[in-house]
Amino acid sequence: MEFVVTSVQALGATLRDVLPIAAIIFGFQLLVLRRSIPNIKRILIGFVYVIVGMTLFLEGLEQALFPLGRLMAEQLTDPVFISGTADTIGTLLWSDYLWVYIFAAAIGFATTIAEPALIAVAIKAHQVSGGAIGVWGLRIAVAIGVAIGIAVGTFRIITGTPLEYYIIAGYVVVIIQTVFAPRLIIALAYDSGGVTTSTVTVPLVAALGLGLASTVPGRSPILDGFGLIAFASLFPIIAVMAYAQIGEWRQRRRTYIANGPEPVSRRRTDHDTD
Amino acid sequence: MRAPVVAFLKSLLDSVRDLAAIIVVIAFFQIVVLQQPLPNLGAVLGGTLLVVLGLTFFVRGLEMGLFPIGETMANGFARKGSLWWLLIFAFALGFGTTVAEPALIAVAAEAAAVAAEGGMIATDEAAKASYAFGLRMSVGLAVGLAILLGVIRIIRGWPVHYLIIGGYLGVVVMTFFAPREIIGIAYDAGGVTTSTITVPLVTALGVGLASSIRGRNPMIDGFGLIAFASLTPMIFVLGYGMLI
Repeated sequence: MEFVVTSVQALGATLRDVLPIAAIIFGFQLLVLRRSIPNIKRILIGFVYVIVGMTLFLEGLEQALFPLGRLMAEQLTDPVFISGTADTIGTLLWSDYLWVYIFAAAIGFATTIAEPALIAVAIKAHQVSGGAIGVWGLRIAVAIGVAIGIAVGTFRIITGTPLEYYIIAGYVVVIIQTVFAPRLIIALAYDSGGVTTSTVTVPLVAALGLGLASTVPGRSPILDGFGLIAFASLFPIIAVMAYAQIGEWRQRRRTYIANGPEPVSRRRTDHDTD
Repeated sequence: MRAPVVAFLKSLLDSVRDLAAIIVVIAFFQIVVLQQPLPNLGAVLGGTLLVVLGLTFFVRGLEMGLFPIGETMANGFARKGSLWWLLIFAFALGFGTTVAEPALIAVAAEAAAVAAEGGMIATDEAAKASYAFGLRMSVGLAVGLAILLGVIRIIRGWPVHYLIIGGYLGVVVMTFFAPREIIGIAYDAGGVTTSTITVPLVTALGVGLASSIRGRNPMIDGFGLIAFASLTPMIFVLGYGMLI
């Protein structure tokens, strides 16, 4: 019985997400564009699949993974677990939280791999790039970015250093990379910052941040609990550009070994042509 | 009749592979690090099965429904040639999908609590509710303008990095002047606005537009709409914090 109730709630949440979108799309299609939609039946079936899929997905997460993940975040950030005994609370150093960093990185990586929005963007990027960008290559690059981002974010909560220093430093890295990265990857890299943080990642990461901010002495959950999502949106941009830069560098090294040094002018054109 | 069944089983297997990492991480920490048994294993296994099925349906629906409609609309607008309607559509899509977003409603409520604690607004419920509503409207407006600006950029072929880097500089400058309590919320606001259903649609729209306009490269010009939708909310929330 309870299962039915929660499923209906999950369906309601999904419908609330989809209905405004469907209303805008079909409204404009019928009233402004005034064209019949090709394959309308197939598209409607696709929408039904999306609604059913999101409902089952959210319901399953809520039943299986979220309770465990939240519990784990609480247990791992418990000072008693971290110090081994209850006596040394208050004298913990940032380096005592090793398992927290490892958990943060691992859960960030794993939830990003499962993030449906990222799967969507990876499929599209694979199609548009004619296969040059691999679906898994992009997803793993983004997941590594999120893993590093969340681990650094937990370090920030534990040490209590100001959020804006990290984010501004990250922006500087992004700007420098933008100058050197292949032009084709730049827009996609910027996009991958926004797609990482939706259905799967946010609830677990928020639980981790809240758990940490309420157990680390001197932190307030309401002020220090925020900011992890910002890390999870920034670091994938750096990781995706690095992924493209490493790919380009290896390509160049291979041609270098095969053909010897290429003229400087040719090397520049990689960046400059569309 | 066998081919669809085989295809379905294959995509089920893909979903299992997508979720394997989460299962491994949670099992490892539960059993090896925390050294505790898995509580109600039946519910966990049942839930995992639902997640696998759900992801399979979603990816199928993505390819059948969300991607094609995004491209159809992009083509339709490109052929109609009315810039105004396209811009109104872009704004409506960004604004309409964001203001109702459950994640944003939750964040706005938390932000109102932070603001009340920081003494920026009165601590009564009415003040908090109106603060949260104002915040949601500013984020909705921010995402609407982001998609609108992103569409203009695709049409004109402006390089995405000038706009994004300019936006970053704006965020950095505003950070110095905004009240301290709002900074964390503002930075997070960029991440929570783009939902799982909006992302594929907006991506398909951008790529579709860039493919139907001559001289635009779908890879260089088609992506980037999501990036704008993650950037402008930061600026608007910082601005909201400075004004109130």
